[in-house]
Amino acid sequence: MSLLKVTIDNLDVEVEPGTTILNAARKIGGRVVPPAMCYYSGLKGTGGKCRTCLVKVSKSSATDPRPMPKLVPSCSTIVQDGMIVQNITSPEVLEARKHIVEILLINHPLDCPICDQAGECDLQNLSYKHGLADTRYEFERRTFEKIDIGRFIQLHMTRCILCYRCVYLADQLTDKRVHGVLFRGDNSEISTFIENVVENDFSGNVIDVCPVGALTDKTFRFKSRVWFTKPYDAHRNCEKCEGKAVLWMSGTDVLRVTGRKNEFGEVEDFICNECRFEKKNTDDWILEGPRNISHSSVISQNLYELINEPPKEPPFNKKD
Amino acid sequence: MSLRILTENIDIPELTSFEVYRKLGGYRSVEKSLKTMSPSGVMEEVKKSTLRGRGGAGFPTGMKWSFLARGIGKPHYLICNADESEPGTFKDRYLMERNPHLLIDGMITSAFALEANTAYIYVRGELFRVLRILEKAIGEAYANGFLGKNILGSGYSLDIFCHPGAGAYICGEETALIESVEGKRGNPRIKPPFPAIAGLWDCPTVVNNVETLASVPWIINNGGEEYAKIGVWKSTGTKLMSACGHISKPGVYEVKMGLPVEEFIYSEEYCGGIRKGNKLKAVIAGGSSVPILPADLILKTAAGEPRLITYESLSEGGFETGTMLGSGGFIVMDNTTCIVKNLWNFTRFYRHESCGQCSPCREGTGWMEKVLYGIENGEGKMPDIDLLEDVAKNIEGHTICPLGDAAAWPVRSAIRHFRSEFEEHVKLKKCPF
Ligand SMILES: Cc1cc2nc3c(=O)[nH]c(=O)nc-3n(C[C@H](O)[C@H](O)[C@H](O)COP(=O)(O)O)c2cc1C
Ligand code: SF4
Ligand code: SF4
Ligand code: FES
Repeated sequence: MSLLKVTIDNLDVEVEPGTTILNAARKIGGRVVPPAMCYYSGLKGTGGKCRTCLVKVSKSSATDPRPMPKLVPSCSTIVQDGMIVQNITSPEVLEARKHIVEILLINHPLDCPICDQAGECDLQNLSYKHGLADTRYEFERRTFEKIDIGRFIQLHMTRCILCYRCVYLADQLTDKRVHGVLFRGDNSEISTFIENVVENDFSGNVIDVCPVGALTDKTFRFKSRVWFTKPYDAHRNCEKCEGKAVLWMSGTDVLRVTGRKNEFGEVEDFICNECRFEKKNTDDWILEGPRNISHSSVISQNLYELINEPPKEPPFNKKD
Repeated sequence: MSLRILTENIDIPELTSFEVYRKLGGYRSVEKSLKTMSPSGVMEEVKKSTLRGRGGAGFPTGMKWSFLARGIGKPHYLICNADESEPGTFKDRYLMERNPHLLIDGMITSAFALEANTAYIYVRGELFRVLRILEKAIGEAYANGFLGKNILGSGYSLDIFCHPGAGAYICGEETALIESVEGKRGNPRIKPPFPAIAGLWDCPTVVNNVETLASVPWIINNGGEEYAKIGVWKSTGTKLMSACGHISKPGVYEVKMGLPVEEFIYSEEYCGGIRKGNKLKAVIAGGSSVPILPADLILKTAAGEPRLITYESLSEGGFETGTMLGSGGFIVMDNTTCIVKNLWNFTRFYRHESCGQCSPCREGTGWMEKVLYGIENGEGKMPDIDLLEDVAKNIEGHTICPLGDAAAWPVRSAIRHFRSEFEEHVKLKKCPF
């Protein structure tokens, strides 16, 4: 099938039919990629919920030059040939995104100093890049008790942004779903039915897909800040999964094991609970070498250089 | 007496029984369509009638039916949306309680046009009585050969099932409704795909409102062109208005499209004027979701034309000076009404009913509710009014389903038309009413 031509922030890209705007932007890479807090490539049905990836379609397609009337979620909107999309070149998009970030934070505890996710949290990064310095919210924030789900995982619902990734993961990866959303509106709550133990070989992946510190690894809790650990790519022969992981080391101690996240923060090969929680010895693994964390996070110190860099002008001024 | 299409025999006792309904000419449209017409012929009549959906959005029904993906090897479904939960709207309930066979009559004819062999009625969970009445009526229709296999020997078969909701306004949104019928949590789906392509169990599905489907028998019996002659321009036929609030005679009224709003409010045939001779202050013309209008703008458009009960006239002037016909839930407020308190109450409703899937609606409705509660209770500050407007503006158009808009529009319109009343609450540090 022939490729479709799409223009995003004045940059052209050719993609297969059926590609979403977000994935087309990811093909271009760099700053034109909209932030995505709920979409997860490996999980069918995710996306459309957080609204951080909203973009403006200023031309629907080569045959239909009309703009789309509303901003659209780039993660769940399929491209058409000749489509023109604006992300960071649209003040309307940037303004809307600022408010989405503000809204995501009004009920967030902002307890980063005591949160294990700090330093590799998508919400921290999002607020840093797209948010406002202040909040206008003056009310009490929603809080919940912490819940242990299984031996290895803790749910701290207070930090949850209700992206539903863990729900889809539980649905698609594990064979018996005991995990879902209770109640509705701002009373919604991620829960196991009800506080059931999640004992499944792949349940630990909910930790990796969670964009915030709502689902954390109890075997790692409070052991170290992530930026004091050194990530290594490693693999082992595993009967249950591919056995491809990242070991987060301090000296020769394996403090934590996770899946390998790509530059968009997504794990491509989910790992099993045995690899994640029970193989905490270097002897268990074949080390491949230090891992480059390309995803924006304090672990990858490039982030700070990038932020201080003056915005690149050429694509902004280019006329189409 | 003005023309009645839906409520013609509504005051006749025992209309809910099959015999009485049939004796009064009921189910003629089923006989006519199944025996003498083709499915596409029925659809053509509905197209000619230019009937528009009565669920709120006013989408042309015939056109919606023509989008149904036929011939893709999947069964088709018709769903009747009887979830009626919009504050101020109680017309579907009235119709189903008193004339359930009219709905079934319309559903059989419509399902035939859509070549669907299964149809559902999604009944609002709280309407126990309606559910009982409908189930009895459906039973009678089966017993008399109007439902089931090979209806009237035509070779066409149809089953109708009632599916009670569980008390969620959001399940009135058509894709949330479909999820709910599938036995799932009622979260709206991301569109596209639209239900006409992939709806119930991923099959082509049409979702129509009760009143929409109940209008079909008259159209088939009298012809689409006859129907199109009633009303004004693109608003044809009659509309059920559920009128409530500070009027002398609250109730459900069937009006010809094009009736002046002023006549509707003040004439003895309809609302009978404002209670106790009070003064009209504001009207919410189409259910709680549509913009509120002050008295002068609901009676006349900004250009000074009389406002009519039609889709076009009510939305004349856009949201700056107009509103929408919506579901026909006509809420009237006299000069004793506090706009802020009313708005707080509605916003509390939307907060409670948000499904919570998308962040602007989930968090924004709660935020607005808290700010409004503060203003109403004397704890508000001047900047709160702009904040409120800003939060509403940032929900609008940024959500998965229109509930976000439905929560934002009342807030934005109340501030647009009654800002001074918000300011007064802040200055006095209490509600002036
Ligand atoms: C939050 C929400 C609630 C709704 N509730 C109802 C309802 O109770 N009844 C209804 O007929 N339509 C309701 N709708 C509109 C439906 O989604 C749909 O448009 C309608 O049933 C289509 O029927 P129609 O074309 O006959 O109007 C609702 C929409 C939204 C967004
Ligand atoms: S717990 Fe994490 S993954 Fe699950 S919905 Fe909340 S934020 Fe998303
Ligand atoms: S707009 Fe509100 S009700 Fe609709 S999908 Fe989003 S959260 Fe749910
Ligand atoms: S990533 Fe697109 S809406 Fe969340």
